[in-house]
Amino acid sequence: MPSALNSPPSPASIFRVFARIGATSFGGGLIAYLQDAIVTRNKWMDEEEFLAALEIGQTLPGGNAVNVAIIAGRKLAGPMGALAAASGLILPGVALLLVLGLLYQRFHQNPDIAAGLAGVAAAAVGLLLQVTLKIGAKQFLHLRDLFFVLVTFVLVAFFHASLPVILFLVAPVAIALCRPKKKETHE
Amino acid sequence: MSDLVRLLNVFCLLSLMAVGGGTAVLPQMQHEAVGENHWVTETQFATIYSLGQMAPGPNMSMVTLIGWQTAGVAGLLVTLVAFYLPSSFLAYGCSYAWDYFKENPWREAVQRGMAPVTIGLMLAGVHAVGKTACINPDHSLEHNTITTLIALAVAGILFAKHINPALLMLVGGVVGWFFLVVN
Repeated sequence: MPSALNSPPSPASIFRVFARIGATSFGGGLIAYLQDAIVTRNKWMDEEEFLAALEIGQTLPGGNAVNVAIIAGRKLAGPMGALAAASGLILPGVALLLVLGLLYQRFHQNPDIAAGLAGVAAAAVGLLLQVTLKIGAKQFLHLRDLFFVLVTFVLVAFFHASLPVILFLVAPVAIALCRPKKKETHE
Repeated sequence: MSDLVRLLNVFCLLSLMAVGGGTAVLPQMQHEAVGENHWVTETQFATIYSLGQMAPGPNMSMVTLIGWQTAGVAGLLVTLVAFYLPSSFLAYGCSYAWDYFKENPWREAVQRGMAPVTIGLMLAGVHAVGKTACINPDHSLEHNTITTLIALAVAGILFAKHINPALLMLVGGVVGWFFLVVN
């Protein structure tokens, strides 16, 4: 029911809400934070609108969370709302990264710090591996999908194929094989 | 100055190619930042990536550190705008057109077809950072064994239990320090 939604906020209050997420969302999972703030707490969008925004955000290039912020911000307060939402989400993390970068530059030759950072970098690889396997679980079990996963991986990792090569050669083939069914039967 | 223009070019393109989120462009980004332009070393790239995983907000904000390392604050700002603005414009425009495409069966085809390609790119991303952080030929076998075990342990723990990843990064740092220095 649209009447259950709160009235549109000002860009300043949009910025505040998104900046709080941008400053506290340690460890990722941004989408969950966004949903909590936009749908549950502030009632700026209903569940369905949020899912539609998420779907667009995931289909288009760019960070999913940033895209969702842009779409939500636009809906709430036009271009200024989009700007407020995205910059709120991004800027606190960038400020913290700059601090981390300065610390790194200052201390990276210290053997204790270097060893700690090696451990952190290794842990980040483990995190990325887990996320990839989890998101890809469905694709690994489907023969045709698995084929495209492996072709892409091998081309990029071992034959150093560049991204445009993948997006303009491999992706169209994969999409064509999933094309809307008319009469043909495959798989 | 020419560095700023290069940064702008490279990260604008990466922004528009980041289908399925930033991780998919990781191999290409590493190629551009390390191999092509020598903005950062391979180790710096892996470290910057891991810092991005620890900081709050979108984890691809780590690209700003590549800009900062290359050309100071101006580089940071250029990279920030270049990486987020093009895809944001696209999202802004497409949220208008979405209802129109909602009925189009090709949208489903694009999503279904892109999914395995995105996963393949993400795996290549794991390979790109893993090559530096875990199976680095410049490091001793011992060092590589320890870092590989840390990575596998983190992946395993996350499969078994939902723990805040930022916390696991810190634990990885402590474990790495303990085994690499203390021993």
